[in-house]
Amino acid sequence: MSENLMSLTLRIWRQPNAATAGKISEYKLAGVSSDMSFLEMLDMLNEELTVKGEEPVAFDYDCREGICGMCGIVINGVPHGRGNSAVATTTCQLHMRNFKDGDVITIEPWRATPFPIIKDLVVDRRAFDKIIASGGYISVNTGAAPEAHANAVSKLKADRAFDAATCVGCGACVAACPNHSGMLFVAAKITHLAMLPQGQPERPLRIKTMIGTHDELGFAGCQNAGECAAVCPKEIPLDTIAQLNRDLIASLFNRAGKSTAAE
Amino acid sequence: MVTTLTPHQRAFRSTVALKALMALTGLILIAFLLMHCFGNLKLLISAEEFNHYAHWLKGEGDAGGMLEPLIPHGWFIWIFRVFMLAAAVLHILAAVVLWRRAYNATPSNYEARKKLAQTYAARTQRLGGVILGALLLWHLLQFTVIPAQMAGQAGEPSSYVIFAFGQWYYVLCYAVFMGLVCLHVRHGFWSAFTTLGVNTSKRAEKVLNVLAYLIAALLFIGFMAMPLAVLGGIVS
Repeated sequence: MSENLMSLTLRIWRQPNAATAGKISEYKLAGVSSDMSFLEMLDMLNEELTVKGEEPVAFDYDCREGICGMCGIVINGVPHGRGNSAVATTTCQLHMRNFKDGDVITIEPWRATPFPIIKDLVVDRRAFDKIIASGGYISVNTGAAPEAHANAVSKLKADRAFDAATCVGCGACVAACPNHSGMLFVAAKITHLAMLPQGQPERPLRIKTMIGTHDELGFAGCQNAGECAAVCPKEIPLDTIAQLNRDLIASLFNRAGKSTAAE
Repeated sequence: MVTTLTPHQRAFRSTVALKALMALTGLILIAFLLMHCFGNLKLLISAEEFNHYAHWLKGEGDAGGMLEPLIPHGWFIWIFRVFMLAAAVLHILAAVVLWRRAYNATPSNYEARKKLAQTYAARTQRLGGVILGALLLWHLLQFTVIPAQMAGQAGEPSSYVIFAFGQWYYVLCYAVFMGLVCLHVRHGFWSAFTTLGVNTSKRAEKVLNVLAYLIAALLFIGFMAMPLAVLGGIVS
């Protein structure tokens, strides 16, 4: 594919800090190569802004390889900007060849009360860490790996666990959800651990503490609209949410977490 | 927020538990709709058949009520009404709480928003539910609370129905009402089973969605058959 240069109109959410109201600012950017990644295009804009003495656009990123989950912006109304493409993607793996000359691109941060905006396109996603810290782990003594044949795991369950475990915690599910629910994120972790033997001892308590924290942090409920799974860069399936629901309903009949106070 | 609730208590108050309540009550309401629809179709047989069935439901006259003599004459209808009212009230309460939580989780709207997966039924579930509530009150007033004052002959349910559906604009309003019901059922049926944990694979997702469309279509056809027959003069 030959390189193709294009001129774009960028409508970007600018907000100096959490306390100040933000607004959309328009920028013209010429000479954008179709081979650039979306973040490289933003780098290019920031270089121009810096030369002009303007404040560059703040955005999050780390690996730029689609594996860390750090990047994440809403592009033309879709978290990570997948649009109608059949290929799931993180923002950093979205390339400018998906756009054409003269396009107007609206770029916004994740919008959800539990993800307050820090600056421009950067949001605080520590709420996810709090959910994980409240139960998204297994408590085992480390040591030598157990003999592999001692605990057989069916292929179906192993696949489901691994598929769910690919969640990178980027928060696109929350950004896409009409209710701003964090269910797909919690469901991925619940499903991952619920399918494997290591996850069983804490299974009833885990769902209770994780959902309790999820709700307390201000994430809302799932409406089964399916927007989360449609934007997930790791294609976490919507059926993990049914697994979460199933586990929570089952846990209501279990004594786990009845006597201890929540932290 | 510091909370003194145990994890167990928090699980009982969680959005998922609320949704399970909503799913269960919703499925009860869908079961009622299927039964109601079946009863309406009796008018296609004859007015006498329809009236006899209506009296039997209420335990009126010498028809003998449902579950008699296990439950005394005329009691069943009231137990049933309280049960349905409780289901509807719990369904609405859960919806209000969940709606408020979703509202609080939304700081501001996106400048641009592209919908990828949600159906029209899913998007209109809440507002549609509110409109349905209002229409349901009107429906109950007309056919249950003060039917005789509206039109028709007292004590003869078929006459209220035949009078109402003899007018085209009334059938049209009813069609809109049923369309909204079926839209709500379409998303509600699939959503309820997902909430109750049945949707555990891509295949299950497909089956549930097809079933939801089927139930919605069945209800629409079932509920519209009788009014159209009345309007067309097939039943009189």
